[in-house]
Amino acid sequence: MSSIKLRVFVALSGLALACAAQAQQAAAPKKAAAQAKNAASGSKSAIAAEFEKFRGIMEDASPAELFEVKGEELWKTKRGPKNASLEKCDLGLGPGVLKGAYVKLPRYFADAGQMMDAERRIVYCMVTLQGFNEKDLAKQPFSKGRHVPDPVALVTYVAGQSRGMKIAVPQKHAKEREAYKVGETIFNYRAGAWDFSCASCHGEDGKRIRTQDLPNLSSKQGAIAAFQGWPGYRMTGGLMHTLQWRMNDCFRQQRFPEPGYASQTIANLLTYMGVNANGHVYKGPGIKR
Amino acid sequence: MKTLQVSIFGAAALAIAFSAGAQDYRGQAINMMKQDFHAKGIAGIDRLNEDALQLVCNRSGNNPPKGVAERLQQDQFEAIKYPADGKFLGDWKAGEKIAQRGRGMTWKDKAGKTSRGEPNGGSCYNCHQIGAATTSFGTIGNSLLHFGKIRGYGADTQKYVYGKIYNAKAFNLCSNMPRFGHSGTLTETQIKDLVALLLDPNSPVNK
Repeated sequence: MSSIKLRVFVALSGLALACAAQAQQAAAPKKAAAQAKNAASGSKSAIAAEFEKFRGIMEDASPAELFEVKGEELWKTKRGPKNASLEKCDLGLGPGVLKGAYVKLPRYFADAGQMMDAERRIVYCMVTLQGFNEKDLAKQPFSKGRHVPDPVALVTYVAGQSRGMKIAVPQKHAKEREAYKVGETIFNYRAGAWDFSCASCHGEDGKRIRTQDLPNLSSKQGAIAAFQGWPGYRMTGGLMHTLQWRMNDCFRQQRFPEPGYASQTIANLLTYMGVNANGHVYKGPGIKR
Repeated sequence: MKTLQVSIFGAAALAIAFSAGAQDYRGQAINMMKQDFHAKGIAGIDRLNEDALQLVCNRSGNNPPKGVAERLQQDQFEAIKYPADGKFLGDWKAGEKIAQRGRGMTWKDKAGKTSRGEPNGGSCYNCHQIGAATTSFGTIGNSLLHFGKIRGYGADTQKYVYGKIYNAKAFNLCSNMPRFGHSGTLTETQIKDLVALLLDPNSPVNK
């Protein structure tokens, strides 16, 4: 049932994209001029503004919701070598409490002795409660073609349970404050073939790569822009992705080696970004370009 | 030998300047990354190690003490390999293609070429406005439109642009711009083609 719905959605969004592309073509010369002007003034590009309009329309019936449905099913079904559901998984607010959990992650979990973001915690629960093998889960952790990894759907479901809530990534525990500082240091750490750090692209306001606006993740406004919309249905390729994928692909383009899936490094970076975004309302899983 | 001396000098000076912090977040961060990252394709784990310049920029928040910056900059400058034939101007048409291409040097790419088997790109348009026809340019770097028209086409300017692309850090130690020659991303011929894109009077950049 849900796979049929999904296909209809993919077809619909393909159609919408084609229409949008045509509209863009027609408006191209005007837009190019406007864009050159905008680039000079450093304001938001015309293409980005156009996309925001399109996203607004799409969000009324977001494809992300289909993955929430799939995630809910996975959450409640007895699975894995231990034949257990995830309903006893503690995402920080107590076993099985999902409302508002996503906007309060990453946080420090005493049972694991670690900082964990949503996906890292869900993987932890899949391993401890259901008996899945962590290495197996890390083998193909990102959506590709028709493959949607279980943690992706689960994160989308969990994130949907925080829709409309204020981001409040905790900084009470000493380990959480330490994670913010370590995350900030990794964010600014330049190395590799091209001397890039995260901050090379995401450390200043109003910058772009090609036409893509780059959120300044060290600022409140930029951090919320990045927090918002993940997990996201990405129209490039038509795939559902989480922040784990986003971080992985950023490091690829940073010309770094590959970060471990659901690793401490990512949890620390997400703590830095999440705390910077605190106080803003999270709109729920969304749509990305 | 000189590189080594300057590096040690730089590191020592900075160690003194920055050892005041109570908690070693930097040490924690580096250890964490070394534990969490793995080599993939051409992107070896050695890419996590800072060279002397990266270390100085990281430890100083990209604002190193002037004396240290000058010495390291000089070091970078002296290591620039200028073309043996003394010519800096290549083919601007080839340069335009290199400027447009954003691939190369990631874990998906191959040694010296992109995942598609093309020569590495310079990713120039990712950050700079260059030719007027391309409106999808990034804004991390400054606009290079009309570069030759504004700055002149002389031999000194050609040599400067070659050096800047080869190693931007020889002119501004903690610049955002990659060191395209120094890192082995672009060949001598490719850099000459990019110089031509900016400085050939016939290049669309100068129209």
